[in-house]
Amino acid sequence: MASTIQTATACILRGFALFAACGVLSVHAAELRIGLAADVTSLDPHFLNVAPNNNAAWHVFDALVHVDANVRIVPGLAVSWRAIDPTTWEFKLRKGVKFHDGSDFTAEDVIFSLERPATLTASPGPFTGFVKPIIAKKIVDPWTIRFKTDAPYAMLPYDLNSIFIVSKKAATGASTEDFNSGRAAVGTGPYKFVRFARGDRIELARNDAYWGEKSAWNKVTLRILPADTTRIAALLAGDVDAIENIPTADLTRLKADANLRLEQKVSWRTLFLHMDQYRDQPPHLSDKSGKPLAKNPFKDARVRLAVSKAINRRAIVERVMEGYAIAAGNLVSPPVFGHVDALKPETYEPEAAKKLLAEAGYPDGFALTLHAPNDRYVNDDQVAQAVAQMLARVGIQAKIETMPASVYFGKARAGEFSFALLGWGSFSGDLALRALVATPNAEKGYGAWNWGRYSNPKVDTLLEQGFATLVENKREALAREAATLALKEVPVILLHHQLASWAMKKNIAYSPRTDEYTFAHHFRPQ
Amino acid sequence: MPPPFPGSLHSSFRALSFSMPVFIIRRLMQSVLVLCFMSLLVFVGVYAIGNPVDILINPQADQADIERAIAALGLDKPLWEQYLIFLKQALLGDLGKSFAYNIPAIQLILERMPATLELALAATGMAVLLGIPLGLWAGLAPDSWAGKLIMTGSILGFSLPTFWVGLMLIMVFAVELGWLPSNGRGPTTEFLGVAVSFLSWEGIRHLILPATNLALFKLSLIIRLTRAGTREALLQDYVKFARAKGLSNARVVGVHVLKNIMIPIVTVIGLEFGSVIAFAIVTESIFAWPGMGKLIIDSINVLDRPVIVAYLLIIVSLFILINLTVDIIYSLLDPRVRISEARG
Amino acid sequence: MQREQTPLQRIVADFARSKLALAGLAVLVLILLIAVFAPLISPQNPYDLAQLDVQDSRLPPGSRSGDGLTFWLGSDDQGRDILSGIFYGLRISLGVGVASTLCAVFIGLTMGLCAAYFGGRTDSVIMRFVDIQLSFPAILIALILLALLGQGIEKTIFALITVQWAYYARTVRSTALVERRKEYIEAAMCLALPPARIVFRHLLPNCLPPLIVIATVQVAAAIALEATLSYLGIGVPITEPSLGLLIKNGFDYMLSGKYWISFFPGIALLLTIVSINLVADQLRDVLNPRLQK
Repeated sequence: MASTIQTATACILRGFALFAACGVLSVHAAELRIGLAADVTSLDPHFLNVAPNNNAAWHVFDALVHVDANVRIVPGLAVSWRAIDPTTWEFKLRKGVKFHDGSDFTAEDVIFSLERPATLTASPGPFTGFVKPIIAKKIVDPWTIRFKTDAPYAMLPYDLNSIFIVSKKAATGASTEDFNSGRAAVGTGPYKFVRFARGDRIELARNDAYWGEKSAWNKVTLRILPADTTRIAALLAGDVDAIENIPTADLTRLKADANLRLEQKVSWRTLFLHMDQYRDQPPHLSDKSGKPLAKNPFKDARVRLAVSKAINRRAIVERVMEGYAIAAGNLVSPPVFGHVDALKPETYEPEAAKKLLAEAGYPDGFALTLHAPNDRYVNDDQVAQAVAQMLARVGIQAKIETMPASVYFGKARAGEFSFALLGWGSFSGDLALRALVATPNAEKGYGAWNWGRYSNPKVDTLLEQGFATLVENKREALAREAATLALKEVPVILLHHQLASWAMKKNIAYSPRTDEYTFAHHFRPQ
Repeated sequence: MPPPFPGSLHSSFRALSFSMPVFIIRRLMQSVLVLCFMSLLVFVGVYAIGNPVDILINPQADQADIERAIAALGLDKPLWEQYLIFLKQALLGDLGKSFAYNIPAIQLILERMPATLELALAATGMAVLLGIPLGLWAGLAPDSWAGKLIMTGSILGFSLPTFWVGLMLIMVFAVELGWLPSNGRGPTTEFLGVAVSFLSWEGIRHLILPATNLALFKLSLIIRLTRAGTREALLQDYVKFARAKGLSNARVVGVHVLKNIMIPIVTVIGLEFGSVIAFAIVTESIFAWPGMGKLIIDSINVLDRPVIVAYLLIIVSLFILINLTVDIIYSLLDPRVRISEARG
Repeated sequence: MQREQTPLQRIVADFARSKLALAGLAVLVLILLIAVFAPLISPQNPYDLAQLDVQDSRLPPGSRSGDGLTFWLGSDDQGRDILSGIFYGLRISLGVGVASTLCAVFIGLTMGLCAAYFGGRTDSVIMRFVDIQLSFPAILIALILLALLGQGIEKTIFALITVQWAYYARTVRSTALVERRKEYIEAAMCLALPPARIVFRHLLPNCLPPLIVIATVQVAAAIALEATLSYLGIGVPITEPSLGLLIKNGFDYMLSGKYWISFFPGIALLLTIVSINLVADQLRDVLNPRLQK
C-alpha cells in the first residue's frame, strides 16, 4: 500500500515536473518565419558579395568587426583594435568563442578566412577587394593578430566587417556545395545551419553556445519570397511572421492594420542623378529641336544648380514615395559617419532655376534624356518620371528611358548616358565620395562609379588624407570637409534617402537597421 | 492509294518505302544543328545585353576589381573565343557553372525541373479534365444558357492577364478565406527518384492555386477546341447514320463524336505543353513556386549566362522531342499525312 | 420564292443572329472609335509631361486636380488622369496587338505554306526555325531587342512579331499538309498550274478558317503579352503607357485600397479582349462551311 502511494506520488510529481518543464520549454520553443525579398544564391559567405547572401550569412557566421543599427562599427569576434603604427593594425580577438561543431575559434581561423576569398576565382562579385590592402598578417598569440598595410589605411576595420570568419577545420578545401549542404557551414554565429532549399527557404536552429545575446527563437525559417505582393499576402495570411522591403504603396495599409506592427529606419541608400561633365557633346543632350548644343550645359555649375533647384524634393517624398523617404542634402544618410548636418537639401525654387538657366545662356532651356533602371531601387521609374515632369516646368524637355538593371549598369559604365539615376549605400561619407565624385583614377581606385566624371583635385586630396588618418574623429572632420567642398558645386543632383521598412505580427518587434539587413536574432517577442 | 499522276508518282513510291528510323535519325541530326544555333543566339544575345559583373559587383569595388572579376569569368575575351570555349566544354558534357550560384548550371536546372513539371502536368490535367466535358456540353447545346455561359467564361479565361488572376486567387482564397496557402510548394516525398509534392494532402493544398492559375489559359483553349470540334462532328454523316441506326445519344456522343475530335485536341495538348512550361514563369513568380521558370527570370536579370544557355538548350530539346513524337503519332494516326521528308 | 442572298448579305444575316456577338461588335466599334479619336476626346494628354503634376497623384475618382481638371476615374501615381490614360492606352494596346498579329500572321502564313507545299529540306529548315523560335522565352527575346535597339513602341511590336510568327507557321503547316494531299491540289498540280497560283488561290483559302480563329484569339494574347512585357519593364516606354503598363503600375496598389489605378484600365482591357473574341467567335461560326446545315 505504502509503495503504491509512493509510486503514485512519484508519478504525480514527475507529471508536475514534466508539466513545468513544458511550460518553460514553450517559452523558448518559439519559431520565427521571415519572408525575405531576394533570393539567396549560396551559403558560402566568401563567394558572392551581394546583400541577400550576406544577410543569410550573418545568421550563421560572424566577422571580426560588426556594425550596429546606425552602421557604426562595434566589436564582433575582435574585442578591440588599434593602430600600433601608421601601417600596422593590431586586433585582439574574443576569447572562449566556439564554432558550431564545438571547436575553438582562434587566430588561425581568421587568417584562413581572410585568405579564402582569393581562392574563389569564378565570382562576379568577389570579396577580394576587402583584403587587398593587407600585405602581411602576423599571429602574435592565439588571440592577437597584426595586419600590415603598405600605406596608412584607416578603413581596415570597415573592410574586415565584410569578411566572415569560417572554421578552418570545416572549410578547408570546401566548395560552394559543401556550404550549401551544411558540411562546411560551420560558423560562430547565433544560429546553426539546418537546411538550405535553394530558391525556397533556409532553416536554422539556435546556437545555445553563442558568445553574444542569445536569440529568442530556437527555430528560424527564412522564406524566399521575391514578388512583393506574394510576400505581403504571406504576412496577411499568416504564413510568415515578418517580412522586409515593403513597397511604399502598401506601407500605409499595413500601418493601419491592427494585427501588424511596422518598423522603419532611414536606410543608407541615397538616390541621386549623375550628370555628364566631361564630354563636349554628350549623348542624348540637345536643344529642343534636336540639334546638338554648342557646349555641354552640365559643365556650367549654374546649370547644375538650376536643375537641382527645379526639383521639388518634398513632392517626391510625399507623393512618389508616399512619405517614406527623407530629402537628401548629403550623399550619405543622417546616421552615417561623415554626414554633415549643415548641408540641407536644395530648396525648390523653379523661378530661380529659370533665371540661372537664362544666365548660363539657356533662356529657352534644352532637351535631355533621363536614364534610370526600373527594377533596382524603390519606385525608381516613378522618381525618374517625377523628375522629368519638374524639369519640364523650368523649360528642360526631358525624355525618359528606363530599363532593367541587367541592361542599365553595363550601358552606364560604358558611358552611354548623360543624365542617369543611381542609388548608393555606404558605411561612411568618404567612401561614398571616393566612389562617386572623386576624379576617376583606375590605379588609385578612385571614382569607379563617377559616371559624370566630376573632378575637384582638392576633394581628392582631402579624401586621400582622410583614408590615411587613423584617428576616427579627425577622419570624420576631413570627410565632412570634403563633402561640404564637393557638394557646394552640385557634382550630382541629390534626391532622397530611402526608408527601410519591416512589417511583422503585433506580438513581435524588430530593431530596424540602416543597412537594411533583416536579422532573426534582432526580432524579439513582445 | 492515289492514281499515279506525274509528280505524285515519286511521292507515293517513296511513301511505300518510307522508313521511320531514317526519319528519326535525320530529325535528330537537325536537332543538334538547332541546339548549336540556339546556343550561339543566346551567347550573342547575352553579350549584347551586358555582363553580370556590372550588376553584381560590390559597390565599393574599384575599376581594378571590376576588371579582374570580368577577366576571372572569361568575359573579357572576344565573343567568338568565349563561344568556342563553351562549345569545347559542352561537347564534354559540361555546360558551365552558374555565375551567381557557383554550381553546375545543369544541376541547378534539373533540381528545379520536377517542381515545374509537376505544376505543368497538374495544370494540363486540370485543363483537360475540366475542359473536355465543358467543351462537349457547350458544343452539344450551343444556344443554351449553360453553353453560352461556358463560352463567355472561356473568353474570360484567356483575356485576363495571368499575374492579375494569380493575385486575385491569392487575395480571395489565401488572405480573405484562409482556405489555401498563399505561396510556396508543399512538403515533398521521393517518388521514382524524383521529389514530388502531390502525394501529400499538404502538398496538394499548395498545388491547387498555382495549377489553377496556370490552367486557365489552356482550359479556355480546350473548351473552345472541343466545342468547335463537337459542333462540326455533329453535322457529319456518320453521326446521322449512327442516330438513324437507333444508337442512344450517350453512345453517339461518348463513343463516336469523342473519338473523332480527340485527335486534333491531343495534338494541341501535346504541342502546347511546351508553352505551358514557358507560361509557368509568371505563375512561379507570383506563387513563389521554386521551379525552372523563376530560375530563368532571375538568371536573365543578372545575366547568368551559363544558366540561360543550359535552360534554353534543355527547353529546345524538350520541344524537339515533343514535336518529333507528335509528328510520328500524327503520321501514324492520319494516313492522309505522309511525312514530307518522303517527297524531299 | 426565296430571294437569292449575296454571300455578304448571308454572312451579315447569320452574324446578326447572335445578340451577344452584336453586343460585342458594338463595344468593339466604340473602342475603336475611342482609340482613333483619343486626342480629341481626352480631357488631358497623359503623354505630355508638362501637363502632369505629381502633386495630383493617386487621387480617387471624382477629385479635381490643381489645374481644375476633374479626374473622373481618379489619377495614377504620376498624376495622370486615368480616363485619358485609358483612351490613349487603348490606342497603344490595340495598335501594338493588331499590328504585331497581322505581321506575324503574314510571316507565319508564308512560312507555313512554303513548308507544307515544298516539303523536304525547305520544310525541315523552316520547322527547325519554328522549334527554335518557340522555345526561346518571349522575355529573353524582348530583353535582347531592348538592349540592341533601345526602348520604343516599334521595338515592342518587333519583339511581339518575333515571338508570335512561329505559332502561325506551325498551325498553317499542319492544316496545309492535310489539304496538300487532297485531290483538288493533286488535280491542280497535274494541270501544271504555277506553284504560286496553287498556293495562293487553292491552298490558302482552305487554310484560312483555322487561322482566322487562332489569329483573333492571338490578338488578345498579343495584347496580354505586351502587358506582361510591360510588367517586366521591357515593353513600351513608361511615359506612353499602354493598358498593360497602366495595369502594372496599379498592380502595386491592389492591396492598399487605391483600386482605381489598376481596376479601370483592367476593365478596359477586359472589354477590349472580350469584345474582339465575341465578334471573332461568331464570325468563325458563320464562315465555317462545315457548320452550314
